[in-house]
Amino acid sequence: MKNRKHSGRMSSRKKRIMALEMFLGLLLAITVLAPIAWMFLSSVMQSVDLTAKPLKLIPETVTFERYRQIFQSTTTSDPAFVFRIALKNSFIIAVSVTVLSLVIGTMAAYAFAHVRFRYKGGLMMLILFTYMLPPAALIIPLYRIYSSLHLLDKKFPLVILYLSFIIPFIIWVMQDFFGSISKSFEEAAQVDGATRFQTLLYIFLPIARPGAVATGILAFLMSWDEFFYALIFTSSLTSKTMTIAIEEFNGKFTIDYGMISVAGILGSLIPVLITVIFQKYIVMGMTAGGVKE
Amino acid sequence: MRLRKEEERYALKLISPSMIVVFGVIIVPIVTTFIYTLVNIDPLSAHKGEFAGLSFYIKALTSKVFWEDLGRTLHFTIASTAIETVLGMLIALLLNQKFPGVKFLRSIIIIPWALPTVVNGSLWKLMLNGEYGVINALLVRFHLISSYQSWLGNPKTAMWCIILADAWKMTPLAVIFFLAALQGIDNTIYEAAKVDGAGAFRRFQAITLPALKPTIMVIVVMRTVEKFKAFDIFYLMTRGGPANSTKTLMYDTYLQAFTNLNYSEAATYAYLIALVVALMTLIYVKLMNREEA
Repeated sequence: MKNRKHSGRMSSRKKRIMALEMFLGLLLAITVLAPIAWMFLSSVMQSVDLTAKPLKLIPETVTFERYRQIFQSTTTSDPAFVFRIALKNSFIIAVSVTVLSLVIGTMAAYAFAHVRFRYKGGLMMLILFTYMLPPAALIIPLYRIYSSLHLLDKKFPLVILYLSFIIPFIIWVMQDFFGSISKSFEEAAQVDGATRFQTLLYIFLPIARPGAVATGILAFLMSWDEFFYALIFTSSLTSKTMTIAIEEFNGKFTIDYGMISVAGILGSLIPVLITVIFQKYIVMGMTAGGVKE
Repeated sequence: MRLRKEEERYALKLISPSMIVVFGVIIVPIVTTFIYTLVNIDPLSAHKGEFAGLSFYIKALTSKVFWEDLGRTLHFTIASTAIETVLGMLIALLLNQKFPGVKFLRSIIIIPWALPTVVNGSLWKLMLNGEYGVINALLVRFHLISSYQSWLGNPKTAMWCIILADAWKMTPLAVIFFLAALQGIDNTIYEAAKVDGAGAFRRFQAITLPALKPTIMVIVVMRTVEKFKAFDIFYLMTRGGPANSTKTLMYDTYLQAFTNLNYSEAATYAYLIALVVALMTLIYVKLMNREEA
């Protein structure tokens, strides 16, 4: 490499690099944001403008009528009404799954990290495989069992199904968090006369709280996003989830671009807000499960 | 000895709720599915109820349809994993620099990942629409194409549309992983290399790439598993069409099970997919263990 003595040349080179970086950054920002911006724009554009040729990218008038419909419609056959109920169902299911999987999964994760027992390694492997298992390998008998037990099209049975792959995820990630906490905490607490369960509750859980927040958020997002089981196991407003309602907007009803966009915006609102607010936790949770340093 | 037993009992208490929920849902269906692959249970078959041995496996592995499905599955899996890994690394390298706006970019890059898969699918379906889609409108306006194209309706382009939609949503995940790894690299190593006269490319090759290798491995294995069993986005965007051009193994499994009622064939497909997933899981665990050592 040439030895650069002139600081003036250095800085002009640096300036050029920075300009290039800013240009690439701008390109990246557009790529990330433009589709979302377009979805929002489509959700407030008049239907005539949405199907106009040539398409006007900046509409002259906007309407929030579709949003009003979603929140106010009372006609049970109205797509807007269906979507509102589906959002509610998704929310109830995702919150239940998050709370249950955190409580149940965290206990097991602690055991995997700090308690000695037989077949631990093999069991952990099995749990990881369960998490990665394609649901197609279960679906036919599962459907027959659920059908014969009259568990189809109900919210709680769906929660149990979601738990079956979200608990393994929680165990896998949380045992890593627990594993990084020194065992000496436990010994100290036991010397002070605490029972093992008290040690878990008052010593380990507070330390592992960031991990629990991270995995809890990911559990919520996984449940909110779930499609395959919901497709097979739900049919009516009793249990239909947001993902299924959006799929129906794309097919069953006459294609209404505006409504699809409104549904997309509303269906993304909670996960996007959670992700942006808790970004640090989420990154930590994802990298803990995937990459160990 | 007594202590050991006490430990085991404590562990059992902690893990049993998880094990009951997870294996309670999974064990019977997974065993039953395996039986389905050996016994003909297709409700429409003349051989219903007959023991079939390995004939369903042989039939699958010798049929042209299976290998065509597998080819399309690999096309999607390899192309999107490669795009996401390479693009993810390049974007992470950019976002690891210091330039005006980089903080903003780091905070928005995760947003596409937060969109539910079905929303992502319907958003791209909307934008790629052959009659009113904004992508057609833009391409025509900038004279890149002369007339509107039915991107999702053309067997030559449909798969690439799905790859594009998937890459838009999932590349941010790779970026997050790579950024975390990049921030773990000690800056003084770069400084030392600079002093030694190593150019930017040499520094990347000698320092950055080796440091990112574990992350690359994890992303490639993790994403390969996910892509291999992808279903939602295919169901939403193309339903395996046009002319079967996006019919993957997973999608065909769904079709066999729920449209054609070929339960045994679907079960066999599902088991073959699960086998690949199990192999990948094994590789994944081996990778993790090697890293820890």
